[in-house]
Order: sequence, then C-alpha cells, then structure tokens
Amino acid sequence: MGRLTVAGPTAGLGSKSMSIMGTRVVRVEDPVFLTRGATYTDDLTDERLSGALHLTLVRSPIAHATITSIDVEAAREAPGVVAVLTGADIDLEAPLLFAGAPKQMVRPWLATERVRFVGEPVAAVLTEERYQGPDAAELVDVDYEPLPAVVDVREALKDENLLFPDAGTNTCSVYNAEPPDPDFFADCEVVVTREIVNQRVAAASLETRAASAVWGDDGRCTLFVSNQNAQGARDEVAGWLGVDPKSIHVILPDVGGGFGAKIGADPEFALVAWTARHTGRPVRWSESRSENMTGMVQGRDQRQTITIGGSRDGRVKAYRLDVIADAGAYPRLGVFLPVFTRMMAPGTYDIEKVDSRATVVVTNTTSTAAYRGAGRPEATSAIERAMDLFAAEIGMDPAEVRKINVVAPEKFPFTTKGGVEYDSGEYAKAIDLALEASDYATLREVQKARRERGDAKQIGIGVSSYVEITGGGAFVENASVEVHPDGTALIWTGTSPHGQGHATAWAMLASEQLGIPVEKITVRHGDTDHVPEGGGTMGSRSLQTGGVAVHQASLELIDLAKQRAAEILEASVEDLEVDTANAAIAVRGAPGSPTVTFAQLAERDELKVKTVWDGKKATFPFGSHVAVVEVDTETGKVTVERIWAVDDAGPVLNPLLCEGQRHGGIAQGIAQAMLEEVVFDPDGQPLTATFADYGFPSAAELPSFDLVTMETPTPINPLGFKGIGEAGTIGSAPAVQSAVVDALSHLGIRHIDMPTTPLRVWEAIQDAVKEDG
Amino acid sequence: MIPVGFEYARPDSVDGALALLAEHGDEATIMAGGHSLLPVMKLRLAAPELIVDIGRLRELNYIRVDGDEVAIGAATRHHDVEVSDVLATEVPLLPAVARTVGDPQVRHRGTIGGSLAHGDPASDLPAAVLALDATIVLRSPRGERKVPATEFWTAVFTTAKEPDELIVEIRVPRTGNAGWAYEKFTRRANDWAIVAVAVVDGRVGLVNMGSTPLRASATEAALAEGRSIADAAALAAEGTEPPTDTAGTPDYRRNLARVLTRRALETAAGR
Amino acid sequence: MTGVKVEITVNGRTTTDEVEPRLLLAHYLRENLGLKATNIGCDTTSCGACTVLLDGESVKSCTVLAVQADQLAVTTMEGLAGESGDSLDHPVTAAFRAEHGLQCGFCTPGMVMAVTGLIAENPDLDERAVREGLEGNLCRCTGYHNIVRAALVAAGKDPDAEQEIEALSDDARTAPGFSVGSGA
Repeated sequence: MGRLTVAGPTAGLGSKSMSIMGTRVVRVEDPVFLTRGATYTDDLTDERLSGALHLTLVRSPIAHATITSIDVEAAREAPGVVAVLTGADIDLEAPLLFAGAPKQMVRPWLATERVRFVGEPVAAVLTEERYQGPDAAELVDVDYEPLPAVVDVREALKDENLLFPDAGTNTCSVYNAEPPDPDFFADCEVVVTREIVNQRVAAASLETRAASAVWGDDGRCTLFVSNQNAQGARDEVAGWLGVDPKSIHVILPDVGGGFGAKIGADPEFALVAWTARHTGRPVRWSESRSENMTGMVQGRDQRQTITIGGSRDGRVKAYRLDVIADAGAYPRLGVFLPVFTRMMAPGTYDIEKVDSRATVVVTNTTSTAAYRGAGRPEATSAIERAMDLFAAEIGMDPAEVRKINVVAPEKFPFTTKGGVEYDSGEYAKAIDLALEASDYATLREVQKARRERGDAKQIGIGVSSYVEITGGGAFVENASVEVHPDGTALIWTGTSPHGQGHATAWAMLASEQLGIPVEKITVRHGDTDHVPEGGGTMGSRSLQTGGVAVHQASLELIDLAKQRAAEILEASVEDLEVDTANAAIAVRGAPGSPTVTFAQLAERDELKVKTVWDGKKATFPFGSHVAVVEVDTETGKVTVERIWAVDDAGPVLNPLLCEGQRHGGIAQGIAQAMLEEVVFDPDGQPLTATFADYGFPSAAELPSFDLVTMETPTPINPLGFKGIGEAGTIGSAPAVQSAVVDALSHLGIRHIDMPTTPLRVWEAIQDAVKEDG
Repeated sequence: MIPVGFEYARPDSVDGALALLAEHGDEATIMAGGHSLLPVMKLRLAAPELIVDIGRLRELNYIRVDGDEVAIGAATRHHDVEVSDVLATEVPLLPAVARTVGDPQVRHRGTIGGSLAHGDPASDLPAAVLALDATIVLRSPRGERKVPATEFWTAVFTTAKEPDELIVEIRVPRTGNAGWAYEKFTRRANDWAIVAVAVVDGRVGLVNMGSTPLRASATEAALAEGRSIADAAALAAEGTEPPTDTAGTPDYRRNLARVLTRRALETAAGR
Repeated sequence: MTGVKVEITVNGRTTTDEVEPRLLLAHYLRENLGLKATNIGCDTTSCGACTVLLDGESVKSCTVLAVQADQLAVTTMEGLAGESGDSLDHPVTAAFRAEHGLQCGFCTPGMVMAVTGLIAENPDLDERAVREGLEGNLCRCTGYHNIVRAALVAAGKDPDAEQEIEALSDDARTAPGFSVGSGA
C-alpha cells in the first residue's frame, strides 16, 4: 500500500477493536457494475415501459429570436411518427423555475413566441422507434426572426435588450442593495482591487439526462428519472402537472453522475410525463451529448470584483466581493448560489471587515444551477486570488500571508462577520501539513534555479486555504433499518447516491452497531413510494445527515431489540448489550449465557425502525492544497505536475470512498483551473457543445494526487462527520490557478483568469513582456 | 446522435468499389475505417446515399518496401502504421505521427487513406506525408495516376481526387532514422492539433496553419542556405493564414509554428 | 433503407440479424441483443463509454456500424464475467473493484474494455503509458487516480511503486513525504 500522511486528532473511529469504521471496505455496488453493468434510465427493460414511444425534442438553433411560424405537417407524415406537438398543444401553465425570480421569467414548455437560448425546446416528436425521432425532428420547420442576443452580463445589466420585456429588466435578483461604503478601506495601508472571472463550466456527467414515464389505470404516473433527489423531482413534476404529489411515483434507476446538475426536476421530465398521459403510451427520453451541453444546467459563471486591504505586515483588515452572476435564459438554482458565495466570502480568514453584494441577470444562454461546490468555489477562488494579490503587493510569501490571517483554532466555534458559524477547524495546521508534504521550501529552490537559468519551462507553486459549507440548509434526513428473520437487513435512505457508495457506507454504519455483516445488508433509495421524504444527495450532505440517520436508526433498533429481548432473556433492559460478533442481544458480563439474535427477534415480530435525524446546522470542512505546475513560457502550456491535498472533513468512515471523492473533486477543480469553459459567441451560439470542443480532461492531462489525512470532528453530530464531496474541487482550483500565476510572477504577472489555457497564458506573457519593454 | 439513413455496399475488390463509384457518382461515399466520415454523419453534417465500405479490402492493406520507397495501402490503419517494423526503420516519422492521431480506439479503425482523403488541415498525417514528399496513388476506371503530396490538397477539406477515384496507395521515400521529428501541440492529448510541425530531411510540414496542410518553405529555404535552426524556424509562419477558434488566434498559431519548428528541427538534428 | 444481414460473434456467441445500415454497433449491442453494459456518452467519438473489443482491439462502438462488424467478434464487459455472467475473476474487473476504480459506473464498461485492450497490446505498462493509453476514455467521477491504479494492478504492476516513479520523474515533482493516497 502506498504511504499516506496521517495527522490531526485521531477521532477514534479506527481505534475501536474489530470496528469496521475507518476501514477500506470495497464497494458492494461493484459486482453488478463490473459484470452486467449498472442500470441507467435508458437501460431500463421494465415491463411497464414496453411499447414506449420515444420523445425527441426539436431545439432552437438560435439564441434569441421571435418565432414566426412552426410547421409540423411534414414531420407528422414521417415514418413511425405518432405525434408532433408544439406549445399550443400543451395545457399546462409555464413554470417559474426559481421561486424568487420575477414572475414573468417563466419557461414555456415548448417555445411558441420567443426562444431565449440555443437548445430551448420548440417541438416534441413522438415516434415508435428510437431512430425515427431525429429523422422526423429534422422535418419540423420553424421560422425564426432573430433578435439581438444578450450574452455578456454587463450588457444584460444595461437593460437595453430585454429577454422578458414584460419584466422590464434583465435583473432577476439582487443580494445586498446597500451601496458600498466609500470609506471601507480607509484604514488600510495597502488596497488591491481586480476584476476576475469564475467562468461557466459544464457538469458533464457521463450519463446525460433521461426520463421515462407511464401512467397506470389507477391514474398514477411512474416516472423514472436520472436525478439526485427523487422526492424533490416528484414534488416539482407534480406541481408542474398540477397533480397531487402522491399520484407521481418517482423511481431513480442507477444515475451516471450528477455533480449538482441533476438536482431538481428538469422541465423535460414533466414533458415526458405529460406526453405519456397525452398519448396514452409509455414515453422514453434520453438526450444526446450535444443536447446535454446546451440543455442541461451549467455551473459557476460569476464576474467578480475583489478588493482587499491591510497593512504591510501582512494583516488583512478589509475585504469586499462584488458579484455579477449569470442565470442564463431562465432563472433556476443559479440565482440562489451567490448566497453561498456571500456566506463563504471571507474563507478561512479572520477579517475585521467583510462586505459583499451580488446581482444576478438573465442572458441568452443555458440556465445555470449547481455544479460541484455550487457557490463556494466561487467564494474560495475569489478570496484566494485576493490573498495572492495582497501578498504580491506587500512582497510577502503567499503561504505566510495566509497563515497570518486564518482563524485561530481557539476561536471555534467562530462566527464570521457575515454571521456564519464555523463549527470546528485548524486552518493554519492544514496549511502547514500541505507545505510540509510538498516540501514547499525545496520547491521554491527548484523554482529559483529555473528562473536563474532562464528556462523556457518555469514552475509555479500555488497554495490554497479553504473552508466550505456542507449539508447547508438541508439538515434533516430519514432512514429506516429492518432486520429480517434470515439475518439480512434492509436500509431505506432518503439520500440518493450516484457514485458515492452509500450502499457500502450506510451498510458499514449499521454493521458497526448491529454486527450484521456488510454483505448481508441491502441499502435502497430513490423510490418515493418506499421513501416519501428525503433530501437526496447534494451539497456534500449525505454522510452527515443520511449516514448519521442510519447510525441513529441502528441505535434505535437496538433499543427496540433490547426491550423485546428483555422478556425472552428474563433480564432488565439496562443489563443487555449488543453482541456484535453474533448480531445478537446478550446479557452484559455474562459470557455463555443465552442470547437472542436480531434475526430471531425478527422472526417473532417485525424488527424495524424508521427515524429522522436533524443536525440543525451545517458543517464546515476545510483544508489546504499545494499545486505545482510547469508553464512552457514559449507556448503557454500548463502542466499540473503534482498536487498535495489536505482535506479535513472529520473522521473518515471508509478511506477508499473518501479518497475517491477527493480524487474526483480535485480533478474537476484542476479542470476548471486549466481547461474547461463553456463559451458562447457574441450571437449566443455555443462553441463548446460537444466533448470534442469542451475541455473535459482525460487521464493524460492529470497527475496522480497526493492526499494528506487530517481529521477534525464536528460537534454537530455524534460521529463527527462533515461532508467531503466537493472539498477537492474547492481546494484545487485556486491552488492550480495560483500556481500558474506564480510561475510567471517574475514577469510581473499578478493574475490570469481561469481556465489558464495555453492561448490565455501565452497572451498574458506577451502583454507582460510588452509592458516591460 | 444517429446518421441519416443510407444504402451500404461492401465490395470485395477495388474494381468493385470503383464500379460502384462510377455508377453512383456524387451520391456515393467511400468509407474505410469511418472515423472521419461517421462522426460528421452522426451530427448530420453529411448524409451520403450510398456508403462503399473498403475497410476490409486486403489489397489495400499493406506496408512494404518497394525500391526507394515504402508503399502503404490506403486502407492501412493508423495502428498498423504505428506498430510497423518496416516503417520504424525506413520512415520512422510516420509511426511517430500515427501514434498521435486520436486515441487507441480511433487508431484501431481510422486509416491513412481516409485521413488523407478527408483533407482536414488539422489532421496529423497529411502534413507528415507532405513533409515526406510522398506520392498519392489514385485509381479510377480511367486508370491510375500519381499525385505528389504537394499538389494533393487544394482547399479546406478538398483534394485533387476526383469523385470516381479512390486512393489506393501512399508511396513514401525511405528516409532512414535520421533528421526527423514531430511536434504536436494540443490542449488535451486526444485533441486535434492547435498547431503541429513535422520535420524530415530539412523539409517542414505544418498542421492547422491554413486551409490545407502546408510546407514551411521559407524555413526550408533558409535551412538549405545553411542558416541556423533558430533563424530558419523564425520564418516558419511566413505566408501562412492560420485559422481562429477557441484554442488559438492567428498570432498565437504563428508563434506556435515558430517554436515547434525550432524544437522539431533541434530534435531532428540530434537524430 | 435496405436491411443488411449481419452475423456478429458477441462474447463468444454467434448473433444474426437484419439491420439498417446506419445502425450503430453500440445500439446493436444494447437494443438488438439487450447487452446494456456498453453505454453511449457522446456524439463525437470522444468519451469512450461505448468501448468494446472488435476482434480483440478496442474500438468505440458508437462510431462503428453494425454492418462493419459483420463476421467479426465483439467482446463487451459482459463477456468478461464468465459463463455465469457474474464472475469478477477477470483481472481487469477484479482490479477495478479492489482499487475503487469506479464510482457512478457509466464510464466503467468502456474503461474496462479499453484497459483490457491496452494490456493485450502492451503488457509492460507504466503510469504514463496507462494515462496516454486511456486518453480516449473520459471519467467524471474518479479523477482517474484509481482507474490508473486498477490498470497497473491488472497489468501485474505495483501501483504504488509505479505512481512513485512517475511522481518523482521531474524536479518539479520531487518532494519528500511522498504519498499517493492509496491508504495505509
């Protein structure tokens, strides 16, 4: 096994003798995934879907236009066509996809008068066979009268071209309308300000969106969708269709990645359900990648102005973050995310004065919503760039400046100037661990030597310090645990794994308490008839809510079992304990005396508990990353050489799964820092609508990752768990971006926007050389 | 995505393929590995009525020494070029270039003839074949003709091949293992080149520096005059009109051409 | 369009059908044969989720017509699972499980077949060769770290040693306290 640096207070999970907690249990999900393969929505062979029609959507090729006519006659005559529908055929009210947005900013089910982004659905084609759909869709003839496209957020702010003339503005939300205080930085010796871009990226889950629907004779709809939250999807679809949520039965088959973009229902889900009801046939829909890259929500996209002030001794006194965020054409969750950005604006730092505001506007682009980190990476990248700019201005080492300003460990729980309570943390220690693991001092020497030699290939070192919020706003989760007479157990959870490994992790939590082996425990989720309530998997919430709920349910099951066993064993409940070696209840301190197993108890009467855990608060994982990049100054090419990551999310339940989350997160952060960007041309045409054009990295662009372990428990839940799903992304992007800038700092370069593509880096070098000359 | 429907024929000889081409004219399209054609068909940017599949014609699948040249059958896959012992000794530039095409899966299907016929200025092999001063052998019912690589690409995605002609062979001068290098610059490993430079025996081929693969003739002339590598490489972008896209501006591509040419010439000089 | 008869040996079994010429091999496997491990993740031959072996070599089955596979042999991930269909004895699938080389599982069948094809062509893999050999297969979940390890393990290599060699291959990468995150 490879070496892994372990530091920080040991939480005790792994120290208990025979405990399964903290051990590298391989996934129980994998045998099926590695033989028959998982069953995603498009793979379903469910009998209820036999004879299903295939839905193909005709989508707008123009970003902003009025529709002058839609002719579907030729399409209706095409082979296999059962129906061709336009907006005129649909008797549902157009939905507002984000409750807080102006009420005029509704999204039509199928556009009839105006289209507002490339990819907007205009007509729905239903065919007998999959291959007939695109053939017929091509025959739908739509006439568009182009309107000027609004692509840039600053253009949108001018309100000259309105997406929704009835709304009278392109602004869909303002957070903190107070004008900035002109004296905010008055007592600062040094003030640095800069406009930076946290660019739009695509979640790019490998499985695109998909849904299938069938209505039963009982008037209920069974809806299979690829999503991160069955219950949320059920409620939204029911609302859109104007039916009782109880009449929608949502089932999540295996889900091929979500990364935030599969939170909430997509309007297409309701179209699938509606067309199934309309035609009286089951309907299936799965989109192509090109559709996905314009139709599925995208992430980030903030124009930020950062201003930082402090003294020359390295102390930061004031920080301001001004954000213009792009909601895309129809407001969705992206409108909310600046709230998270503002909450986390000061990052790990103890800053006297923090000020932030955000304005969200609509543009003729794909809608934005959550993407891994969802609002927090934007905050982290901003403050980390600000720290680097401040360090450069006062000529201090960027790691040193960070250590001077981070919140001291004795201040926890720490309430920020924004009123956010950080539960636990040791931020300086995390930085030290990352510096030590990377041998920061030696790296600086390597850098110095290359600069002195004048090598074409220079190296840069970037340090990030981050804190983020997990389980934010969704503290409640339910779980049920049931033991069967054959000794197996069944867990139902309201979380919704799509790669995270809950089937393994939740089984470990129950096994730890009950002594039932992991392989005898089945974990199920994502079926609203079995679990009517549930918060799904998002915002790194699952372990600290759903996992803790399973833990609590297991303890409650033990209580129930003890009560029943007391009678059988003729002992008082207080004298009973769990014999985990035998999955039984035994009399304490009486080896060899009779015991009763959970299975035996289940034989007599159903042995099942359902519980609800309410954590009441979010938790705040933190860490520090050090990245080393090589920059070819002649071509602008950036190579990430190594990255060391300290990610502290409290005690680790299963290191295998936890590391997997960190690896994936780190890769996505690196990808944003150096490669990925969703680009629209000035007419709103997407230039990155395929994987050939979008900078999704392969294994060849990435190194292996160095993980350093640090475990600081939270007091918020009994197991000390925080969330780990997004940490890697939040820490790695600023570290890599900082490293790229650092590699070129000797040329006077202080900032390069993400993604640091070869072209962008080369142009920055040309500008610097020109200015210098 | 799904291609528009078409008819399919898999003739068992080159003559059979030529007969189909003659019969169907513009409506027919040749497919070897299909890795240039099928992607554009799936995006519905092309919709041929008849596909003539020559991918399995053994008579088009070979690599052999023939006098001063190596003859390569048009349906020889990139993978076979990549692992060819004959080419490793006789024309090592070609395997080195072939192994940068796409990814392993693409190289298991795509063919050299397909790549040359497709005529994408961002493709690797055309510029390499150009730098090698190779000859492209075309056959039609009217007979066979040989077109020098320097005359083969006439405009973007356009070649000297007539609709009734088929590339049957690529004839490449034997260079031996000296004086060659390939420098390919991409954002990601399996991207198309932003710019790439093939060097062999003082000749320089440029990828993605214009509407066709190009020779850096100013550089070649400077080298022939005995000027230094640095001086010659500085002329690599002379007379080019490189494209603009999200990966690069014309200025950036000119810079890359100069840098990559210098690096390739230095590597070549060391061989 | 005129249907074309095909005979394709899939996972050792001969299959025949009359298909539209435009039918993609990926859809033939999924729809005509019900072998749904093979996934389709893009339109542009980029992602590799549909990778299968064609006569032993990795190809992207979304960019191969079923008619092009006529008379040839196809192996999908299901074909590695033995007669029972649930065996994890194959070195590649076993290594993916042991090294946690999969999360959501969507890229997995293609990744497994790409690795199988890669090892068949080059049994002496190091980390760089694995990374370059998998350039045509995208994964959004794992960051590739554990996929690379799984490929090295399947090739009979010590993944810790290989990762260390790669990590120390340049002075920009050198640091003591090296760790690769595979755990204690």
